Amino acid sequence: MFWDKKIETLSGKDLEALQSKRLKKTINQALKIPFYKKQFERAKIKGLKIKTTADITKIPFTKKQDLREGYPFGFLAVPLKDVVRIHTTSGTTGKPTVVGYTKNDLAAWAGLIARNMRMVGVKEGDVFQNMVNYGMFTGGLGFHYGAELLGVTVVPSATGNTKRQIEMIHDFGVTVIHCTPSYAMHLSEVAEETKADLGSLRIGMFGAEPWSEAMRKALESRLGVTAFDSYGLSELFGPGVAFECPERDGLHIWHDSYLVEIIDPLTGEQLSDGERGELVVTPLVKEAMPLLRYRTGDVTMKFEDGCLCRRGQKIGRITGRSDDMLVIRGINVFPSQIEHVLLKIPEVGNQFMVYVDRVNHLDEMTVEAEINRDYFSGELADLARIQKKVVKELRDALELRTTVKLVEPGSLPRFEGKAKRVIDRRGDAI
Amino acid sequence: MDTKKYVIKQISVFSENRPGRLAAIAHALGEENVNILAFSIAEADGFGVVRALVDHPEKAKKKLVALGFNVAFTDVIAVRMKDKPGGLYEIAKLLGDANINIEYSYAYSGKEGAVLILRVDQVDDAIKKISAFGVQLIESSVFH
Repeated sequence: MFWDKKIETLSGKDLEALQSKRLKKTINQALKIPFYKKQFERAKIKGLKIKTTADITKIPFTKKQDLREGYPFGFLAVPLKDVVRIHTTSGTTGKPTVVGYTKNDLAAWAGLIARNMRMVGVKEGDVFQNMVNYGMFTGGLGFHYGAELLGVTVVPSATGNTKRQIEMIHDFGVTVIHCTPSYAMHLSEVAEETKADLGSLRIGMFGAEPWSEAMRKALESRLGVTAFDSYGLSELFGPGVAFECPERDGLHIWHDSYLVEIIDPLTGEQLSDGERGELVVTPLVKEAMPLLRYRTGDVTMKFEDGCLCRRGQKIGRITGRSDDMLVIRGINVFPSQIEHVLLKIPEVGNQFMVYVDRVNHLDEMTVEAEINRDYFSGELADLARIQKKVVKELRDALELRTTVKLVEPGSLPRFEGKAKRVIDRRGDAI
Repeated sequence: MDTKKYVIKQISVFSENRPGRLAAIAHALGEENVNILAFSIAEADGFGVVRALVDHPEKAKKKLVALGFNVAFTDVIAVRMKDKPGGLYEIAKLLGDANINIEYSYAYSGKEGAVLILRVDQVDDAIKKISAFGVQLIESSVFH
């Protein structure tokens, strides 16, 4: 099923022409931002003439760090009065990355979501429960307005209170859900415990964290849904950038709206189809916050083969990150954030280790920190107080509940050169 | 009343809750010829504190610190109990009547009879009250 068949199946010269036209417009829009003006001057490409999309390689990359340095509104190409919404993503040192949207941006974004939902078979008459955070996170409002545009009945249930979520699925006859895969697994367990009937469900859209094929099988059998992988990031509007079609073999990234490159993260050289590397995207329809060659940090590849559904070139499911960012329960976490928090707490040392596990299908993060000799009073109660303090400070900074383990001074590994402080044990766990 | 002579130095050692940590502590004390008179382990989430009454607390601390352990002294008091059924009750009731709040406690039975080690928040005050209630406190010189 298509939302906009012509655009979705656009290929060859027609697609190239549309991309070139939109790229020129995007570059003009980007040059309203002092950062890009300076970058073009520095790269001596001030009068760069874009004839084809291949000319893009002359433009330097934009990194997440650049966006952070532009906090809060340094990357807006329009006056703030034209920005009708702001979302944020968590940053490394407390300051988030801000993304802004014009009315046209929101319309384009909702259109992409509608396109994805129609692609996986959502249609009028469906009842859609959106079980993600509705605040600054883009997943809530992003899917909400896309689903309304598509014309389905939306239940904006947001997160929390799993029993109530299950009750609504049952009572409202919900057919389609969107949440993180780990929350979906949790939901299925609570439903099993309470012997709740989720028989109305038929489609599950899962994203915001990497998940395995084993997880897909488990979710499908437990929830009675067909499960689809959803990919996006706030810098590129939010969810909806790429999505699985009913073939469920790779994700269709929307080439009319995103110019896609796969690069070697070390050299920056473009890689060929079938080669795994970092996804670099130039969004082609963004007004408020145009970006050029944005390094997503996500590792994937372009597919060599076409798709039976006749939509454009697919990318592989995301297999990891080219930097040290962790995604825990949908929230971005950088080890440097943890370091920053520990530095502010004199009772513990600055060395730390992070362990990520999947416990009962939910991501759990454990931080080990050394107790500072000078703050050991000999009392267990004081140690418990220090432990609580670290948990609280981490929660305030990361917006994430963590387990903190206090360990003996000097017992954590010391690193020479690049530290390997994160051990992700989620692996292929269901 | 001179309360000082009843204040006993307990050594408290921070320890991760994993196999072999107690052995490491005990081995070190054995090497220094330090005798452990009483000890207990308190544990929280993933870590604990090993508490011990030893005959040479300074020597014990020096050795453990040199080995990288986190060690602190804690003031505790010791009271004598009757080593027979109802002995603990008698003491516990008196402490309750004297309104002494116990943070933690452990006991041993040795040549001084049955002994209850107490960690209380107001040590001086507790010593005075306990004495006034007729409970026998053991002087620190008995241990160190």
